[in-house]
Amino acid sequence: MPVPPPPRAALAPLPTPRHLFIEFARMGLSGFGGVLPFVRRAVVERNRWLDDREFVELLSMGQVLPGPNVINVALMMGLRFAGLRGALAAFAGLVMVPMVVVLSAMLLYEHYRDVAAVQRMLAGMTAVSAGLMLSTGFRLAQSQSPTVRGLLVGVAAFAAIGLLRWPLVPVMAVLVPLGLLLEWRAEGQALRLAAEAAAPQDPPAPAQPPGTDGAAGEPRA
Amino acid sequence: MNHHPTVLGSFFTHFLLLSFLSIGGAATTIPDMHRFLVEAHGWMSDAQFSAMYAISQASPGPNVLFVALFGWQIGGPAGAIAGMIAICGPSSLIALGFEYFAGRAPQARWPGLIRRGLATLTIGLLCSSGWVLAASVDHRWSAVAVTLLTIFLMLKTRVHPLMLVALGAGAGLLGLV
Repeated sequence: MPVPPPPRAALAPLPTPRHLFIEFARMGLSGFGGVLPFVRRAVVERNRWLDDREFVELLSMGQVLPGPNVINVALMMGLRFAGLRGALAAFAGLVMVPMVVVLSAMLLYEHYRDVAAVQRMLAGMTAVSAGLMLSTGFRLAQSQSPTVRGLLVGVAAFAAIGLLRWPLVPVMAVLVPLGLLLEWRAEGQALRLAAEAAAPQDPPAPAQPPGTDGAAGEPRA
Repeated sequence: MNHHPTVLGSFFTHFLLLSFLSIGGAATTIPDMHRFLVEAHGWMSDAQFSAMYAISQASPGPNVLFVALFGWQIGGPAGAIAGMIAICGPSSLIALGFEYFAGRAPQARWPGLIRRGLATLTIGLLCSSGWVLAASVDHRWSAVAVTLLTIFLMLKTRVHPLMLVALGAGAGLLGLV
């Protein structure tokens, strides 16, 4: 199915690299503890560069690819609208401008780091940060449909990285292919079951007899 | 602060590698950063590590900026820039390449397959990051209580996360943590 061209008539004219830089710097500076809500507001509502559906498509790609989601979205949007210069402008605005602020905050800390109150303040903030991270994990876990394969991969990741503190590279080398393989097998099986249910009289023979298929598919639901 | 070039070099190459693995965002690689910077090489103390993360949380901008702070602790301004180039470089090239070559086929089946297949892996890694951060604070019951209270408030109320960070800072100042 060919991709329909986006309805540009309803959207604003394409931004220039300069405009991208200014807008993404504004998004980066307004987002404390997560920029994404501000990116959506700026891109979809204030500037009308994309509509909500296009934004979600771009975001879900940004989440599949490695790297910070928001930065991936900024790069892809910059490239789409204004070429490589656009991508660089969006990146520079989103990352470099707030980086100056963060480094300034750090230098301020270096100056006062021996003050006991500053140490205690940062300890309190870190304890909260840990809670924020864990609650994000719990929230996301609640949004998942519970499957044995999902639980297996998630618990293995936490045990290996969080509890045992193993290096990430070998753990990912095992768990990434494992997660993909289990998902691919399960979805292939679900597709076969659906196809059999839709057309049971179809002559092309399934890979396995229907009995085994059904038994293997049952506990997943 | 250590400005030795080989230190900066191995910091740079390790973070290049982490960029490829940061599926679900840079925060999922925090446990490995802690292992590498604090446990394996001793380039930073536990307190420094958690302080840098807390500062980045309390500042505006994308989450990944804590890498710039780690870099600065290891090699000053050059370290900050090296860290950001390393953690953003490979993943940025992949994103740009993807948008350039494959962004025109959003109907493909494999993005959804990857997303679903790796979702719980990402969640496990996020929980590991929270765990490692919690363990990097003093092991006092009050810090544990603050972490648990944060989780409860985030799951049960609609309070803004930054408000909780501010409250955590206040609790620390008052000597409650």
